[in-house]
Amino acid sequence: MNTFNALISASNVSVFKHQKSILKNIDIQINKNDFITIIGPNGAGKTMLLKCLMGFYKPNFGEIQKKDKLKIGYMPQSINVINTMPITVKNFITVRKKYDDISFKQVISEVDIRHLVDKQLSVLSGGEMQRVLLARSLLNNPDLLVLDEPAQNLDISGQLSFYKLIQEIYSKRDISILMVSHDLHLVMVSTKKVLCLSNHICCSGKPQQVAQDPEFISMFGKDMANMMAVYQHTNNPSHSDSNFLIGDKNN
Amino acid sequence: METKITDPFILRGILAGIAVALISGLVGCFVVWRRMSYYGESIAHSSLLGVGLGILLGTGINFGIIVVCLIFGILFLWLQQNKILSTDTLLGVLAHLALSIGIIVISLNRIKIDIHAFLFGDILTVSSNDLWWMYLGVILVIILVSINWSSLLLVTIDEDLARAEGINPIYINLLLTTVLTIVVAVSLQIIGLLLITAMLIIPAATSRRLAGSPQQMALFATLIGIFSVILGIFLSVEVDAPSGPSIVIVSATLFFLSYLFGLIKKD
Repeated sequence: MNTFNALISASNVSVFKHQKSILKNIDIQINKNDFITIIGPNGAGKTMLLKCLMGFYKPNFGEIQKKDKLKIGYMPQSINVINTMPITVKNFITVRKKYDDISFKQVISEVDIRHLVDKQLSVLSGGEMQRVLLARSLLNNPDLLVLDEPAQNLDISGQLSFYKLIQEIYSKRDISILMVSHDLHLVMVSTKKVLCLSNHICCSGKPQQVAQDPEFISMFGKDMANMMAVYQHTNNPSHSDSNFLIGDKNN
Repeated sequence: METKITDPFILRGILAGIAVALISGLVGCFVVWRRMSYYGESIAHSSLLGVGLGILLGTGINFGIIVVCLIFGILFLWLQQNKILSTDTLLGVLAHLALSIGIIVISLNRIKIDIHAFLFGDILTVSSNDLWWMYLGVILVIILVSINWSSLLLVTIDEDLARAEGINPIYINLLLTTVLTIVVAVSLQIIGLLLITAMLIIPAATSRRLAGSPQQMALFATLIGIFSVILGIFLSVEVDAPSGPSIVIVSATLFFLSYLFGLIKKD
């Protein structure tokens, strides 16, 4: 079997809920140093697929294999901050984590939240909260980072700097990334593979292939496909501002 | 008859009250964070059925309370999975059903107990034997919460985050149900089933304004609880009032005082 080296491999996974098909015959394999972005309309089963792959939802059919001792860092879309609970950022990041001082300091400088560690969780802004959640998911040096619409609640400049950060983490660490995102035009040069989901896998492959796929165009429209094509042609060193969009690690 | 503070029954009452405070502050923090006050209230209501059955079957009230409250809690957690009814509706049905069956069981069998004492607490009912049971419950709750402290915190903050780190939230919910049940059993004689929720909520809510971390909040809630219990029992002896309401009045006064100081500090 060639799945031996995969971090996670799912074959023929199907999920039904209330007689409705949520996921249908999904095959997916996540390998070392992969950067996979899952896109798809609302209700396409994106979050369910993540839950199945991480092992906290058991699919009705199919098989999911995980590599032994695989360390997964999970960053949810958001958390409901409990105002009645006094808790500092440092306390939150390290709750139930085995860590040492050096790796903690490394992570907080990596996501640039040194100035936040002693603040209460309840006073953070949306962008600060996302960085804190990212820091938490990185603390135990995961092999695989799973991100569920990580920039959903940010404004456009927040999204840009967040994806830049993700790109930096991907290029500096020996890590695989599995991400659900709607902001395909912002992540598509970093991402190595795009998986277009609408209960079943409509199409998958390199971003530029997917953008030309008829199923992709019918789902997202020509404008999105054109926009993706434009972003690919910005691969030009003079555009230093948009440098992070260019995944030099992959080229 | 003149009562003195050094009378043995008052000392027993104070020791029982401290037992309550040692765990109600700790568990109460989770009740506040997770907005489970109605759940706590419901478990307390179902305890009267435990009292009735415990006396009827001769197993003792503590055993009756633990068994009935645990069954109630697990039944609720199981029904909640279906998500057909909202949590508060489901609790409203089950809690009052259990309370009603409890009162019927007690009255049908002409059991000679003072329901009033179970509703509002009475320090006269505490025997030395009861104290042993109470402190056994206290030790059990402190051990259970301490070893699972970080898992409890993480599940409270975000269930998916906890799942991703290998915790099954169902076990944590069962654990909380268990410790709530023990808190109810320990509190019943001193606080009374109608006021147990107050002992869970008020010290924790007061402590929120003073604390900077979850651990601190639990510690301060416990200290506030101990202070309320001691002062409340003195007060109840002084004016010959039920112990539960006296303790609750003291702790609510502290709550408003802390609120007032918070306002002044802001100016």
